[in-house]
Amino acid sequence: MDLRLTKEEVAFRDEFRAWLEAKVPRDWPNWREKPLEESFPYLRAWQRKLYEGGWAAVSWPKEYGGRSATLMQQAIFWEEMARLEAPPMANALGLGLIGPTIIAHGTAAQKERFIPKILSAEEIWCQGFSEPNAGSDLAALQTEARLDGEHYVVNGQKVWTSYGWVGDWCELVVRTDPAVPKHKGLTVLLVDMKSRGVEVRPLRQMTGESEFNEIFCRDVRVPIENVLGKVNDGWNVAVSTLMHERGAYGARLILTFKRNINRLIELSRTVQRNGRPAAQDPVLRQKLAQCFAEVEIMRLNQLRAFSRIAVTGAPGPEGSIQKLFWSELNQRLQQLAQELLGPFGQLQAEDPHAVDKGIWSYGYLRSRGNTIEAGTSEVQRNIIGHFVLGLPRSY
Amino acid sequence: MEFGLNESQEFLKESARKFFAGECPMAEVRRLMETDTAFDSNLWAKLVEQGYTGITFPEEFGGVGLGTLELIVLMEEAGRALLPGPLFSTVALAGSVLLDVASAEQKKKYLTAICRGEARATVAIPEASGSWDAADVQMSAVNGRLTGEKLFVPDAAIADWMIVVARNGVFLVESKAPSVRVELMLGMDLTRKIYSVQFENAPAEKLGETSGLSRALDIATVALAAELVGGMQRTLDLTVEYAKTRKQFGKPIGMFQAVQHQCADMYLETESSRSAAYYAAWALQENAPDASSAASIAKIYASDASRTVGNRGIQVHGGMGFTWENDIHLYYRRAKNSENTLGDATFHRERLASLLIDAPAVSAQRA
Repeated sequence: MDLRLTKEEVAFRDEFRAWLEAKVPRDWPNWREKPLEESFPYLRAWQRKLYEGGWAAVSWPKEYGGRSATLMQQAIFWEEMARLEAPPMANALGLGLIGPTIIAHGTAAQKERFIPKILSAEEIWCQGFSEPNAGSDLAALQTEARLDGEHYVVNGQKVWTSYGWVGDWCELVVRTDPAVPKHKGLTVLLVDMKSRGVEVRPLRQMTGESEFNEIFCRDVRVPIENVLGKVNDGWNVAVSTLMHERGAYGARLILTFKRNINRLIELSRTVQRNGRPAAQDPVLRQKLAQCFAEVEIMRLNQLRAFSRIAVTGAPGPEGSIQKLFWSELNQRLQQLAQELLGPFGQLQAEDPHAVDKGIWSYGYLRSRGNTIEAGTSEVQRNIIGHFVLGLPRSY
Repeated sequence: MEFGLNESQEFLKESARKFFAGECPMAEVRRLMETDTAFDSNLWAKLVEQGYTGITFPEEFGGVGLGTLELIVLMEEAGRALLPGPLFSTVALAGSVLLDVASAEQKKKYLTAICRGEARATVAIPEASGSWDAADVQMSAVNGRLTGEKLFVPDAAIADWMIVVARNGVFLVESKAPSVRVELMLGMDLTRKIYSVQFENAPAEKLGETSGLSRALDIATVALAAELVGGMQRTLDLTVEYAKTRKQFGKPIGMFQAVQHQCADMYLETESSRSAAYYAAWALQENAPDASSAASIAKIYASDASRTVGNRGIQVHGGMGFTWENDIHLYYRRAKNSENTLGDATFHRERLASLLIDAPAVSAQRA
């Protein structure tokens, strides 16, 4: 056990830090509060810059334009991005989830066709998994694809599709064989979102924004060379995407959580409670310390999980602890912010009395989604119960 | 960067587990807990033979010279076995204090005896206030003598020496002196006995200043957190096993999500406690700037988690979990003692708050 950076890790950090300090745009704070529709070209340009520097997908193998970075180096990468408050990358799903899935399951032709444009943000990707009647029970999805000559003809509806409104391509999970058990009749298709019959509608969420979309497919024709992996092996392909989703994302959040708890500690010195700074209120001191401790443990759990993956090779079900831990912790953290700010906590961005431009009222509402997206807390507990503890499957 | 046990630490953990399982199975724990002191000199001699009493102390004192992380791994396994006796009080607590506070000559005398198994020791801090904060201590040494009462002193009846924290320093008192009276306090933990100790003008040898206590008490605090981790792991293992075999409505109860999700939360709480304890041990070993806050974090999380893990474990066991014959309540009782010893979660949250909020601590800025 040694939590100091190795020589290679220090070299990696120093190289990226030097690059980032020279290239990171300084005007991101002016864009951050704007709707994603407005800032998207800005984010695309930023990813392009990272791509040109060779930093867009450090986790990818070198032969596909990445740096074959270890998990610790990836953690260092996100730490540096957060430390300098760099903007996120436009093609988040393409880089984080779908690109790695294509690298793992795609044909040589698919890799050549899609991978470079994912890296450069020329083509933005979205993910067509959930359906109105297939959420936690993803394998029950009904969107059907019927073979017609050299094409699959797709009909059905997808929901909770992030980046659907801007997506050029979609990783779409469809049912190709309705006659076999539900996990065995699925196939993953790479679908051009400009195909005839694809319709995208915004889905307004409880925060008032539309991060997500619904996608309707009516007789959409997808050439058979766009099947990712084997026909009727789509469940395995989709699961490898989900593992990336649950494992790696937590690492990027740690710095955000650290920044948030440190900001709350800072605010506690000025916010008044019973005629004195909240920092002197014994109850709030208890709660701030508890929250700080849990954020630190989230970091430590992540480092431990990374070390274990480095030994075993692949992200395993342990990722479910991390998702469960951070999503519920964020709800506690946001509630603590509300308690600390009192009546000011509820104020939204446009109100002149809002604290920190309303991020705490937004965060409070947005955090409710954390325990649902990327696998509900209930599904995470099922995974731990069955796959980690070996209890019999409950469903 | 690497967060995990290395090969020799894994080996130590495995061999400690086997050793405790072989030498101190639950039947032995139950036999000892019914005795006055929960102490068995034969078992203690075997621990000494393994080198456990000197695990972390320098070789010049007859120790094994391993690091804090090795001590913590050993304490985790002792916790899993619910080991009765003074391993915690003599080694993790008194030994750490001697190492940090005593003079070279005193260390040679006292630590060597501890490493060799020739003597046992404990530490006395709280008084009538029940506080583990050295700043709340009232007792003072006058002309090299101590008078007054200390409470919640672990294993005092079987300790040869008591290390007493007073206002004007840290002192060592011979327990056998006629001016020292030891009385059992009836705590709910039956496997680690606690005592009140009356000092009546007892001769006391000064070891050093109270300002030298901080790191030693941090190490003992993390040792308790590690012991709690071991207890949680055992509670989780027992509970999962029970959920797999106990049938109701024709199915193993572990198939029901209401039960399965309790087990999943126990797993999350156990693993998170382990991450915090291991990190704190490493931070203390390396004198990292956030070592003190890491120790408090480990104790905060393990104290609360061991209680909820115990609650869930008893609940999943149903009526069986409420019986005397089931082992879970023995861990639950120990957890309450460990939770309270060296400051409970509330105490350590306030300590962490003062490190984070009042002082612009390094730990607050660390990413």
